[in-house]
Amino acid sequence: MKKRAASTGVPPEDDSGTASDAGRGSGTGTGTGSDSGAGAPVCDLLPVAAQAVAGYPRRSGPGNGTLRRGTAHPRRGPGAFRRTRAGWTPWLYLAPALLVLGGLLVYPIYQLGLISFLHYTQAQVSGGEPTTFEGFGNYTTLFADDQFWQVLFATLVFAAACVVSTLAVGCALAVLLTRVRAVPRLALMLAALGAWATPAVTGSTVWLFLFDPDFGPANRVLGIGDHSWTYGRYSAFALVLLEVVWCSFPFVMVTVYAGIRAVPGEVLEAAALDGASQWRIWRSVLAPMLRPILVVVTIQSVIWDFKVFTQIYVMTNGGGIAGQNLVLNVYAYQKAFAASQYSLGSAIGVVMLVILLAVTLVYLRLLRRQGEEL
Amino acid sequence: MSIPTVNFLRGVVRRPWRLAAEVSALLIAAVVAFPLYWMVLSAFKPAGEVESTEPRPWTLSPSLDSFRRVFGQQEFGRYFLNSLVVAGSVVVVSALVAFLAATAVTRFRFRFRTTLLIMFLVAQMVPVEALTIPLFFLMRDFGQLNTLGSLILPHIAFSLPFAIWMLRGFVKAVPDALEEAAYIDGASRARFLWQILFPLVFPGLVATSVFSFISAWNDFLFAKSFIISDTSQSTLPMALLVFYKPDEPDWGGVMAASTVMTIPVLIFFVLVQRRLVSGLGGAVKD
Repeated sequence: MKKRAASTGVPPEDDSGTASDAGRGSGTGTGTGSDSGAGAPVCDLLPVAAQAVAGYPRRSGPGNGTLRRGTAHPRRGPGAFRRTRAGWTPWLYLAPALLVLGGLLVYPIYQLGLISFLHYTQAQVSGGEPTTFEGFGNYTTLFADDQFWQVLFATLVFAAACVVSTLAVGCALAVLLTRVRAVPRLALMLAALGAWATPAVTGSTVWLFLFDPDFGPANRVLGIGDHSWTYGRYSAFALVLLEVVWCSFPFVMVTVYAGIRAVPGEVLEAAALDGASQWRIWRSVLAPMLRPILVVVTIQSVIWDFKVFTQIYVMTNGGGIAGQNLVLNVYAYQKAFAASQYSLGSAIGVVMLVILLAVTLVYLRLLRRQGEEL
Repeated sequence: MSIPTVNFLRGVVRRPWRLAAEVSALLIAAVVAFPLYWMVLSAFKPAGEVESTEPRPWTLSPSLDSFRRVFGQQEFGRYFLNSLVVAGSVVVVSALVAFLAATAVTRFRFRFRTTLLIMFLVAQMVPVEALTIPLFFLMRDFGQLNTLGSLILPHIAFSLPFAIWMLRGFVKAVPDALEEAAYIDGASRARFLWQILFPLVFPGLVATSVFSFISAWNDFLFAKSFIISDTSQSTLPMALLVFYKPDEPDWGGVMAASTVMTIPVLIFFVLVQRRLVSGLGGAVKD
């Protein structure tokens, strides 16, 4: 396994999906290399993570590559007869998934867009008044509202702060995990798993209780009397941030730790023998090898933290005093379900969707640049 | 000085950094675990101690009063059961559906395969919360409001893309040769699928199900939006908030309810911990 990872540690140079198509297509004849790496995930942490770090397991020697390029119709390799005759079977297997996703994901997205163009309030919902088409009316209302821009700005800053803190804590602790022996490592791992497993609602109430002005231990330890954390705008955001970091750093830590462990020891030894400093090893050897993993955890964090709902809703009691702690998600919810402005809520939802779609496109580009095979 | 002590000291001198690292790792572990410890502790404290202005990190007279209040006053058992039903159905259905879909996209080549995969990836990014509004009307039109179905169905849909994405690595890991051997031995496609592939991929299904379990178990938004009048269909997160009144929360009750809600997830996590980490590696890669 180590040897594999070492040999494939460089970023794959062929970034087209067809390359591995060919690897699979040539099947029993030449494709053995591409299967051995993927054989790991079922059993153990390290091989999988090695796979994760090393980029897609590729055929190791240049010989296979030449063979692939030399074959005019790579899919007609000896092992591929099944796939060319697949016919309707894959669609049969996909049918339930597509049905569910179509009905409960794609259709609602369409509906969301539609409602955002209508005039849709309680009167229309109950059928008292006919629904009217508003065009971009809801969007103009929204964009003319100062509160919307304020909430959007707060959401972006809050999400950015959450992402940066989560990544910093997660990565630092992952590095720390590699420096300690089994017992402290196990302790930290278990504690992190506990935080990870805690449901968002319970996490929120527990953190509120910890920082309760009257009965919480945090204020006693900090010696700040009955200071109320949820009263001020920034301290309330800070408290939510703490909770978010607490429950989302474990994902980053465990993933990055698995990635670091998968870097073969030989590589690090060689670097050390060549006289590289610790910092240099981290910067020039580890960081490039961990790049794919770092991209994934960053994007996942961005997506999660941009969508924080439960924590804000519970901890600031629905968006804080006079809506000072609203983020887009809670804002949309309040507009729709508290104020019955369904079309305005939908317009906010569309704005969120567009922003997250942009993030996704960046992610896809990064994946493609890494030569990811789909 | 005895020999072990000398060895120990020598170790400390040689590796002062490692000792510092280990001490800080233990300290951080304590800090990270503290909120959970405090939750369980407060759940067992008698009422007077929970709401005391001099909170102590231990209790000399543990009591089950808070738990009694939780299980007694509200229909807590019912909510617990509802949550289990929702999470259980989501886990089973989404695992089966995702298994079929993952098999389709990894073991067959067909048109639009790559497009589909990208769609699954994009679908993971869709903000579930933004879809609450249209889903609310959809559920209303199908008369599903105030039923557990209104919680189960959306969660299946939202956990599918990630589950498919994650399972791909596991399905891919089963060697092609095995499939060919099965067909040569005269197995049908269905037989290969359920009797050979399914057992081999099962560990992956477990890892995947953690995520769908958690998203369904923790769900707060749908429960809040879709279960509007019939509280007998409520789930745990809502039940917990019954005790949490912003003005004068019953902290003992909140902490006891939180403990009851967290423990099943913790057990689930500990059981599948190994598979979770490895599965995550696979998902991150694939």
